[in-house]
Amino acid sequence: MQPTHDQLLWMYRRMLLIREYEDTLAMVYFEGKLPPRIQKGLAFDIGAGTIPGEMHLSAGQEAAAVGVCVHLRKEDSVWGTHRAHHFAIAKGVPLDRMSAEMLGKVDGLCRGKGGHMHLYDTEHNFACNGIVGAGIPHACGAALAAQFRKTDAVAIAEFGEGAANEGSFHESLNLASLWRLPVVFVCQDNKYGISVSKKASTAVESNAERAAGYGMPGVKVGENDAVAMFAAAGEAIDRARRGEGPTLIEMQVDRYYGHFQGDPEGYRPKGEVRALKARDPILRLERQLVEQGLLDDAAVKAGRAEAKQQVGAAMTFARNSAYPEAAEAFMHVFAA
Amino acid sequence: MSDMSITTEVRKLPLYAAMVEAIRQEMARDPAVFCMGEDVGQMGGVFQSTVGLFKEFGADRVRDTPISETAILGFALGAAAQGMRPIAELMFVDFMGVCFDQILNNIAKTTYMSGGAVKLPLVITASTGGGICDAAQHSQTLHGFFAHTPGIKVVVPSNAYDAKGLMTTAIRDDAPVVYLFHRGLLGLPVMGYVDSSFATDVPEESYTVPFGQARIVREGADVTIVAYAQMVHKAVVAARELEAKGVSVEIVDPRTLVPLDVEGILASVAKTGRLLVVDEDYLSFGVTGEIAALVAERLDRIKLKAPVRRLAIRDTPIPYSRALEPVAIPQAANIVAAVEDLMTFSL
Repeated sequence: MQPTHDQLLWMYRRMLLIREYEDTLAMVYFEGKLPPRIQKGLAFDIGAGTIPGEMHLSAGQEAAAVGVCVHLRKEDSVWGTHRAHHFAIAKGVPLDRMSAEMLGKVDGLCRGKGGHMHLYDTEHNFACNGIVGAGIPHACGAALAAQFRKTDAVAIAEFGEGAANEGSFHESLNLASLWRLPVVFVCQDNKYGISVSKKASTAVESNAERAAGYGMPGVKVGENDAVAMFAAAGEAIDRARRGEGPTLIEMQVDRYYGHFQGDPEGYRPKGEVRALKARDPILRLERQLVEQGLLDDAAVKAGRAEAKQQVGAAMTFARNSAYPEAAEAFMHVFAA
Repeated sequence: MSDMSITTEVRKLPLYAAMVEAIRQEMARDPAVFCMGEDVGQMGGVFQSTVGLFKEFGADRVRDTPISETAILGFALGAAAQGMRPIAELMFVDFMGVCFDQILNNIAKTTYMSGGAVKLPLVITASTGGGICDAAQHSQTLHGFFAHTPGIKVVVPSNAYDAKGLMTTAIRDDAPVVYLFHRGLLGLPVMGYVDSSFATDVPEESYTVPFGQARIVREGADVTIVAYAQMVHKAVVAARELEAKGVSVEIVDPRTLVPLDVEGILASVAKTGRLLVVDEDYLSFGVTGEIAALVAERLDRIKLKAPVRRLAIRDTPIPYSRALEPVAIPQAANIVAAVEDLMTFSL
């Protein structure tokens, strides 16, 4: 399956936007968290600053998100993890309300009750989850709803290679395959579950091998290549839409930042990230598009400037938004 | 239709059949309602909680699942978020131990974390309770676990009439509901039952019993017993014995723990001035303590004649032996003794 020119350009621009977003958040996140403006004796105050709480960034994993979401329609759903900004942006979640959520503001997607690990956008059918592996069966449930209604909507479960060792992964794959649900399991291998390497946690070399145990195709996509991910995801999504059941894809991606912002990353060999950036998925696609004549230097510059402008506007919206009223703490425990 | 205006035939039904009738009527009314769980299909549920539905609605809407509790609840969440109304059965409430994350961190919190944007109209059903020597992993009620977790409603029917009306309300509710049915109340021909609990009058037509409205099971003047699920029936047995001894007992069945009819309970305690709370769950940090605290917080307007007493499982797992199980789980005789103790006070 080959992407059209429009699809290639969409993937490229969306990756630029995701990268700009994550690099911006990386900076904003440290606002107000470092000495001397924090409690005496602390090196770093997680709960302080513009964006409190943990922060898990997806820079280096953009290709997986655009390679999958370029095939999706609004009614298709994506169920993500604690590190899901890339899929949220690729699925079309608006940046302004997403950013306001991260700042805990009332204009946020969840009125400031979710934060960056728990983004819910019912209009664009996106949800993510702070518990590793917990969202995988949710995607299957959404696929079950589509099967009940006889629509051709599909659901995407996106998660890291660490989640493939959770029971929820195995229960979900078995039952999704048994019921031939229109779901695609997108396992992104960024090589680390926090600090523990895949080698030290996983008995098989590729999680794609595990698909055989559940009677579904397993596909491995290497080298953080957006075009290869496009092809694998496209086939799996088409297959799901045709009612032929689920597929498990393992995509090799890279994690440029730590598990969370502030992670000292002592477990990582020195220079690893710099080496990984040699196969950066955005630069790779950019070179390809320039070679194909779909982009020139001016368009590259304009694309980057546009991403900067969009992210800047979203952050401004978030900063200018108000905090929720105190009474909101007690609202929405139950559906109205 | 509310429970105040029943016009059709009323029959005696055991609790399990009343519960199934509510599910059947809701499945017929709303194509979004479906059942899933272990053995709920062809077998009709290990406790007959879906009996007959497979034949009537087919394998799509009454789905047998593998032994995969996390998948059952996780799939239910995803389907509910997309507008379906799943009824997911856990068989034994004890099995929530293998899928607690889906209840605690996902089903209970999604609506809140989404700022009210995501609704999860799902019902989790599970059987509870001891009385058949099934030992520590198959005899719990875990009322307090669920009631303690914000974001889920908790239904604990004590009789067939309530079981039907509460199930209808549960299925129509847009919030997640944990519906706990006590095995000793089901009226199955394979388990013993306490006195009057086998079958009760149930109208044929569909009706609802609202959440958060306690039922006065029996009016009395000297002491209030708050009891629910099977403990209601043990309290009734105790109340009859106490009546013969000249003690007038009022029994209040909250019917739902979340929401709880706080005012209904307080009104009864204010009237009698004595309170005994009986639960088949563990004693410490549980529902009995919560209800006692609600009264304690209002001693400025409630005049008690005696200290508050609680009866529950005294912080031990439930033992297997016939000689031990009824010692661990409160019985009618314990209720009689506790009330007699309360009657020695006249503060």
